Amino acid sequence: MTPRIVLLALLLLGSHGAVLAQGGLSSDEPRLEIRNGVAAAIPIAVVPFALESSGLPPDTDIAAVIAADLNRVGQFRSLARQDVVEYPAREAEVKFPTWRVLKQDFLVVGRVQDAEAGAYRIEFELFDVAKQQRLQGLALTARAGDLRGAAHQIADLVYEKIIGIRGAFWTRIAYITSIGSLKDRQFALMVADSDGYNPQTVVRSREPLLSPAWSPDGKKLAYVSFERGNSSIYLQDITTGQREVLASYKGINGAPAFSPDGNRLALTLSMSGNPEIYVMDIASRRVTQVTRHFAIDTEANWMPDGRSLVFTSDRAGKPQLYQIPVAGGDATRLTFSGEYNAGGVISWDGKQFAMVQGNGNVYRIAVLDRSLGSPGETRVLSPGNLDEAPSYAPNASMLIYAAREGSRGVLYAVSADARVRQRLVLADGDVREPAWSPFRQR
Amino acid sequence: MNTPIRLILAAALCVGVAACAKKATVVETQPEPMPVAPDTTAAVDDGKYDAEDLETVACLRQRVVYFDFDRSDIRSEAQEILACHGKYLRDRSSAQVTLEGHADERGTREYNLGLGERRGNAVSSALQANGGSAGQLNVVSYGEERPVAEGSNEEAWAQNRRVEIVYTAK
Repeated sequence: MTPRIVLLALLLLGSHGAVLAQGGLSSDEPRLEIRNGVAAAIPIAVVPFALESSGLPPDTDIAAVIAADLNRVGQFRSLARQDVVEYPAREAEVKFPTWRVLKQDFLVVGRVQDAEAGAYRIEFELFDVAKQQRLQGLALTARAGDLRGAAHQIADLVYEKIIGIRGAFWTRIAYITSIGSLKDRQFALMVADSDGYNPQTVVRSREPLLSPAWSPDGKKLAYVSFERGNSSIYLQDITTGQREVLASYKGINGAPAFSPDGNRLALTLSMSGNPEIYVMDIASRRVTQVTRHFAIDTEANWMPDGRSLVFTSDRAGKPQLYQIPVAGGDATRLTFSGEYNAGGVISWDGKQFAMVQGNGNVYRIAVLDRSLGSPGETRVLSPGNLDEAPSYAPNASMLIYAAREGSRGVLYAVSADARVRQRLVLADGDVREPAWSPFRQR
Repeated sequence: MNTPIRLILAAALCVGVAACAKKATVVETQPEPMPVAPDTTAAVDDGKYDAEDLETVACLRQRVVYFDFDRSDIRSEAQEILACHGKYLRDRSSAQVTLEGHADERGTREYNLGLGERRGNAVSSALQANGGSAGQLNVVSYGEERPVAEGSNEEAWAQNRRVEIVYTAK
């Protein structure tokens, strides 16, 4: 090792240490817990990025963020930092035999350089170790405050190059927090990075907030608030904070869900006397009734083609998932295993349905997989007792859901194969109802 | 660890107050109006309730109806309370009630909104069967969003599955 590289490594280790310390000190930072080892995962080494910038070292360890992203999706296993023995920063410095001895299939190297106006230019390269081949080499520019975002985008590109599906690390989650005592509570609708970092408040309320739903362009959130006494559905621009009431009918106004084109909103209204599914044309606010049944019909979500809705109904006694054409008509029951199935969400390809499945006093996240056709197979994804509110990543590689631990709610991200789970500790108090954002526009 | 202490505290605070569970709920949006209902019917022994009875008559002071898990049918022990409130509503046509329906934490939040409303409607029907009129009754469901008891156990769940009878006009 040349002295330059040693110094560089020390600098990077230093900045890595700072990130860890920050995580330990602030309760707003997420804690990462990989619960299950993954033997079958693809080994990949992400070498600490070389600092070739003249200024102070950035406080984000880009390689660590990329490695953490790849680890939590289940399909990868990144080489532990202490096992990284060489620090190549570009193709010319890569010695493939080293990485072959370390049994790595892929290698990521990169470097951070100065860009204009205090920003950074980040270059990275991806190699196939066995073929000794460069698969990818790209550069990104990022503001000093957005190096985590740049790292997530690199992780997305690496994921896509190797797996063949667009990565979903550079995305966000919306969720609800509740702090304080039963008598004095403060609710907030929050948005954070998909790994829980950079939490930001969208709206605060003394009254309950629930059911956040992303618009397909990722710019707006619809949600339910009780601030007018009864439930109402609000639509809020998350950048400007501007908001409007979409629905405030007599009775329940709940369960908003945007159509894939963003022009319509499925929602639950009980103005007819009991909860029914409606579809609202957002521009005109006109609502059309979809279900007509004396049971509770709620929690509608759109199939990817925008032509039918999957919803919860207890028309057979206990809640189960059903599918109905948006134009109305007969509902078809989807779920037959489990005594209680509710809160169904749909993967981007319309082949998988995640839901809350209750058996006795145990509520877990289950997935109905119909990739091999109906009726499909059901598997349980979560091990908790009161797990709820599953939400798919836009590429369906992961889900996020809420769990209870003691008296508080926490969020877990779980890989679609259920082999890796990661807890996101986002705030003190109760955290619940996560909603994964659509892909962000680069 | 905290929960039993809090429950005891809540109980202690509520000593002598009938509507304990109600007091434990924060309803900040609608501060309770003081009883200003005109008391034109001066007759004391016509067998009709008047506004003061809400605070003195035992069955009228009970304003919480509890439910079984995932059910919305009125239990037999609540029939007497509802008969009482139904008669009050018949006797005092100016009285207005909001029925706040609640569910325990199990199951999804949106389904529980529906369940809370179904419970509120069941109480509304029972009050109408006992003399109240639909125009006096307003149902609001809070689902599982406003628990009165903390904890993930049968005892807390049983307290949280409820409809609160809130007089907005006496």
